Order: sequence, then C-alpha cells, then structure tokens
Amino acid sequence: MISSIVSIILAGIFTDNMVLAKFLGICPFLGVSKKVSTAVSMGGAVTIVMLLATAVTWPIYHFLLEEKYSYLQTIVFILIIAALVQLLEIIIKKFLKSLYKSFGIYLSLITTNCAVLGITLLNFTENYGYIESLFNALGAGLGFTLAMFIFSGVRVRLESSNIPKSLQGLPITLIAAALVSLSFMGFAGM
Amino acid sequence: MLEILIPVIIVAVIGLVLGLGLSLAGKYLSDPPDERLEAIREALPGANCGACGYTGCDDYAAAVKDGIAEPNLCIPGGKDTASALSEVLGVEISATEQVAFVACGGDCYKASTKYAYSGMVSCAAAAALYDGPMDCAFGCIGFGDCAKVCEYGGIEIVDGVARVDIGTCKACGKCVNVCPKKVIKMVPKENNLKVRCLNTDKGGKTMKVCQVGCIGCTKCVKVCKYDAIKVENFLAKIDPEKCTGCGECQLVCPRGCITK
Repeated sequence: MISSIVSIILAGIFTDNMVLAKFLGICPFLGVSKKVSTAVSMGGAVTIVMLLATAVTWPIYHFLLEEKYSYLQTIVFILIIAALVQLLEIIIKKFLKSLYKSFGIYLSLITTNCAVLGITLLNFTENYGYIESLFNALGAGLGFTLAMFIFSGVRVRLESSNIPKSLQGLPITLIAAALVSLSFMGFAGM
Repeated sequence: MLEILIPVIIVAVIGLVLGLGLSLAGKYLSDPPDERLEAIREALPGANCGACGYTGCDDYAAAVKDGIAEPNLCIPGGKDTASALSEVLGVEISATEQVAFVACGGDCYKASTKYAYSGMVSCAAAAALYDGPMDCAFGCIGFGDCAKVCEYGGIEIVDGVARVDIGTCKACGKCVNVCPKKVIKMVPKENNLKVRCLNTDKGGKTMKVCQVGCIGCTKCVKVCKYDAIKVENFLAKIDPEKCTGCGECQLVCPRGCITK
C-alpha cells in the first residue's frame, strides 16, 4: 500500500507531470510564470483545489454516476469544481485573510483549469481507490508546483537575455517550455 | 424517456444544490459590502496601472479608506478623480497634474563617454558596467529602457538622451521605476522651470564631462526674486511651489541647463 502510494506521488511529480508530460494546465503555466513568487502561489492554489476536487468528485462518481451515467462525468465535474473553488474562495476570504492575500486572487483563475478537471477524470481511468486518488491529486499538484517553479526561474532568466526580435515574447516562452518538458521526458525513460 | 430524464435531473439537482450552497455561503460567510470602500473605488479610474504604488485600484481604495495612503496619489485620474475622491472623503485634495521629466541634457554631442559600449542595448545592462559608458555618472545612458516600457509611446531617444513628449505622457511612472540611473522624475505639469541635470560633482569635474551640466555657480540663486532656487552639492534645485516661471534664471545660467 505504502509503496504504491509513494510510486503514485513520484509519478505525479516526475514521470506523469501534469504540465510537462500530459500537457494539461498550460494556461497558468504560461500565464502566471513570470515571477517565481506568483508561480509558487499559483501552484499551491492548484494543489489545494486538486485535492478538494478529488475528495468531492470521487464519491459522486462512484455512488451516483458510475454504472449508467458515467458520460455525465465531465459536465458534472466542471460544475462541482467551479462551485467548489468559489466556495473555497469565500471561506478563505472570511477566515484566513493572510492566505487569501497570497492564494486568493489565483483561485478564481482555476475554476475551469483543465489540470484540475484532468486529475479528477484520470483518477477513474486509472481505477484508483479513494486514498490512492487523493495521493494522486497531491502528487499531480506538487508536480504542477514544481513545473511552475522551474519554469518561472527559466523565465526570469529570459527577461534579461538578448533574444532575437522575432522570437521575443511568447515564441521564446514556448520554446523554453518545450525544452523544460523535454528534460522531464528523461524521467519517463525517453 | 427515463434515459433522458434521469441525467437531466441529476445535473439539475447537483447544480441546484451547489447554487444554493454558494448563495448561502455568500450570504452568511462573506463580509458585508463596505459602502465607503465601494464609493472610493468608484471614484478611481479602474485602470489598475499601479502609479500610486499599490497593486491595483482595489488595493489603493482599501489603503485610502484605512487612512494608510494619501488620497492624491492617483496620477492618471488627475483632477477628475481628485474632485470625486474629495467628495467621497469630505476633504480637500490638491492634485497637480504631473509629467515625467528627464533631468539630463547631456546628449552625444555635449557629454563625453569613458568607454565604447558594445553589449546588449539596455540601460540596465550598461549601467551595471562601471556605472555606464558616460563620463558623467548621473546622466542618461540613452539606450531607451524608458522608451521601451512606456505604454503610450511618449518617450523618444534624441541624440542619446531620453525626451518626454509632455502631451502624450500620462504620468504613470513606469519610466521612473525602470531607469537605472534614476534620471526621470515626476514634476508638476505647470509652467515652471526645472534643472536638467543631476550631477552633484564639483563644478570643475562636471565641466570636463558635460557641456550642459550644472556646476553650482549660484548665478540662478542670486537672480531669483522668489527665493525658489537652492544649490546643494554643486547642483541647483528649483522649488516648484515657489517658482513662478519668470525665466530669469534661464537667461542667466551659463550652462543652459535650466529649462521649462
């Protein structure tokens, strides 16, 4: 049990990294990775939402949808995740003011983040149990945070380098993202 | 029929439960809206430019409400915002329209260089190398970091010195922050005089490196009838509050570094 959980977490961080291997959640990966501090905050927010989303969607899928209505999973999950994120935002705003200042503004950005939806759906294709699903979400969230952290470091370096005019801005960012992704492919044995 | 009805009901019920939960949470958990805060926020332009020093208009409104921030910091809003804010707060706010001013006149004909720079075209990079290629350690380097950062295209590099177009400048302050030499300042837009130099070296040293640098001769101090000019560290300073813009000092300055 423990060894399988460890392997799930490690897979989520390295070999099956949400952003760099599965190409989910590219929008925040490119959008809020300009500064290291904001990138890590975003990663933390995504990790929390992934955990919560998995905790809520797993029982709903297994008790309500699994047998006949599994095709409803996407639409129902989007609904649940969006509501969940809003609820989380309200609660954090009320009770944890300092946390709201560092995470809060990013929460509303990830209501429809495909990495969050992706992890809830992937839990069922992998046939994970409840505990395994939660750890899978944790691993994926940590992997996302790691990817954001590494890539924001790369982008900070890009800011001060002499880039050819035709590659400035998004083109060089995409090339850098591809190279970071390529390096993570090494974990998967490529 | 049931095949269609049941999924519809499932989704509808889940949506209903979530919606109810959210509206209840919104009602009981969120703080009651602060009318004063909202009124302050309404008075601000909402451009989130950050010229006030806060991360956005919301942040600034909260700071104004709590009394942490002065209410006249919104530069792009100008007089309209100031009068709207003064109505909300019930206090008089003096807002002078501001504009960016490059306090250096040492272009490539008038100021000498100490080495030929061939690195990347950026003031920040050049400034890191022995205080930049100019002999004068206080002057504009002229690679145009300010022109690049200006969203309105209000800065142009003319003969190696940045020049602000007063009509275009919105006084957002981005150029002030990006300039590694801190040559750009915000000054009142009104018709008063400014010293276009920041060199605090002794007169003789300044004379060697730039034809238009202030040498601290105090001729302007003597000629000013309004006691608006002071010379500190061999550099003249004009107090915008006292200056009437009469132009006497401009005529008498041997270095030609006092400008409108």
